[in-house]
Amino acid sequence: MRIDIDALTVEIAGARLVDEVTLGAADGELVGLVGPNGSGKSTLLRCVYRALRPSAGAVRIGGEDLHALTTREGARRLAALPQDAVAEFDFTVAEIVAMGRTPHQGPVARTTDEDRRVCDGALRDVGAAHLAERGFLTLSGGERQRVLIARALAQQPRVLVLDEPTNHLDIAHQLEVLRLVRASGPTVLAALHDLNLAALHCDALHVIAGGRIVASGTPDDVLTADLLADVFGVRAHRVAHPETGALQLLFDLPPAHPAP
Amino acid sequence: MDCERALCGTAAGRGRTSPRDARPEAKATAPVATSLDRIPAELPRPARVGTGPAPLRRVPLPLLLTGLCLALPVSLLCGAALGASGLSWAEVTRYLWAGLTGGAIGPDEVPAYTIVWELRLPRAVLAAVVGAGLSAIGVAVQAMVRNALADPFVLGISSGAAVGANAVLIFGAMGALGVWALSTAAFASALLAMTLVYAVARTERGLTPLRLVLTGTAMYYGFSAVTTFMVFAAERGEAARSAMMWLLGSLSGANWAAVPIAAGSVLAGLAHLAWSARRLNALAMGDETAAALGVDPRRLRRELFLVSAAVTGAVVAVSGAIGFVGLMVPHAARMLVGADHRRLLAVAPLAGAVLLIWVDVLSRVVLAPAELPVGVLTAVIGVPCFILLMRRRAYSFGGI
Repeated sequence: MRIDIDALTVEIAGARLVDEVTLGAADGELVGLVGPNGSGKSTLLRCVYRALRPSAGAVRIGGEDLHALTTREGARRLAALPQDAVAEFDFTVAEIVAMGRTPHQGPVARTTDEDRRVCDGALRDVGAAHLAERGFLTLSGGERQRVLIARALAQQPRVLVLDEPTNHLDIAHQLEVLRLVRASGPTVLAALHDLNLAALHCDALHVIAGGRIVASGTPDDVLTADLLADVFGVRAHRVAHPETGALQLLFDLPPAHPAP
Repeated sequence: MDCERALCGTAAGRGRTSPRDARPEAKATAPVATSLDRIPAELPRPARVGTGPAPLRRVPLPLLLTGLCLALPVSLLCGAALGASGLSWAEVTRYLWAGLTGGAIGPDEVPAYTIVWELRLPRAVLAAVVGAGLSAIGVAVQAMVRNALADPFVLGISSGAAVGANAVLIFGAMGALGVWALSTAAFASALLAMTLVYAVARTERGLTPLRLVLTGTAMYYGFSAVTTFMVFAAERGEAARSAMMWLLGSLSGANWAAVPIAAGSVLAGLAHLAWSARRLNALAMGDETAAALGVDPRRLRRELFLVSAAVTGAVVAVSGAIGFVGLMVPHAARMLVGADHRRLLAVAPLAGAVLLIWVDVLSRVVLAPAELPVGVLTAVIGVPCFILLMRRRAYSFGGI
């Protein structure tokens, strides 16, 4: 399903954190948001998964205004992997994944066979079926992330929002997580720190700096040496992957200013 | 901390004869365990030292619920039968039957009947209501402030109620209300405390967990200081003593008149929590996760605050601040059936009810005819049980 962010603005305590951002993702696309720390990526995404109400602008999902839907209706169409995965209590993996069914169930409804089938399928999709009875707190970082993705998939969303899904993961898991969400079906909107991962996986990239979109397009068009110098303050060299030919970047810091 | 978790997570392989033997080897391989790809599909199970290799993590829910549902009426009966004045079981059942059916008893039996029907039974019923209320609210408050150390008193409402109750006990305030003065004053000041905590803790982002805990704790000390001052300023020694009893929690003032309001509040609170069980699961995972799951965390936290305050106020008004139940029973229930609030909210209130009935019975008979404060016994029974469960079941909360 298509998702469109239309002139979205967020002001908190007088500061404009997101400034009239407009972007979209077509059905089945994986669209990446990149930008330096504090550029407004997470704030923008929090508006999309409704942890935050935008000051102005709209998020449209399949043409409908997301904030006009009830939170439950919204959560049936859009799932998210926020950064705040706190686990104060000892839920099992199966219980965590079952939470993904929350927007599909009434408050006192029993878990149906359909719920169980969807949850089992989601765990299988992320290759974590064997973890079902484990305590979430006993899992490694990579296992936890896969389980949280399974929870989002159990929501059967049409759009999936990921906020730094590869944080704290080793390189194999970073590569795997994006391949996994890509294969899982829904349209994906993801904030990513790793520009090489973004270049490899995203159909389109939007670069955010200071709450504004400063560049949009395919990774190849967007990730130019000039833009990376402007936005991230690094010197970048574009190289082709020796096997696949895909765009990859090598970085170093600009030379220090000579002492006066 | 992740390393420690990985160690715990791989310490006991499935099918090993002794989990203890597996430990050194598990330590050596622990760093590898963080990479999924190198772990065989058949993963080692978490360490369950003392329970053998089988991961006997949970008690079957139907069994536990059946047990508790049977234990509750039996405990109520025992609460009515056991006490300082040794009445026989035959007498007790006859008086209970007479009380239930309105049957006749002889004139010489009136004192014994009064003990069973007017003193002990309402007391046992009230103990059950208070135990259920404190346990359920403990579960709710822990999810609401996302803190495993929270209990119903962390919001400062109980100590607010204490101010009102002590004003009645020591200075004879609200004398016009007669026997209702104490519970009315306690409930009214609990509501006042609640309004104060809410007003202070509230921000434009709603009620945030840490702010709630900090505000509640600060208010707790403030109200406690007022109570302590009143006890010291009191001229009558006996009033100060009963004020103390009330601070520690006691069911000695129980009568049938106190039951309907307390039971009504607790049942209404339980109904709301049962209705919110799924939303509580989502809230326990974080505000943003809750929002992504279609649960409005601000609205839910507001609802929980109101329900917790009202139930705590009603419970404290009839029994004082009985400590430890609201902290311990939720954790004990979690160890038995896991963290899912749908199961937790079925088990915790029943377990709390049964526990408090027996604690109250003990408080009456241990030093009979003198009465021990209930809070002393909840700690005496609760602490060892808690430690035992925590050690046996490799229970983890807060990532520890």
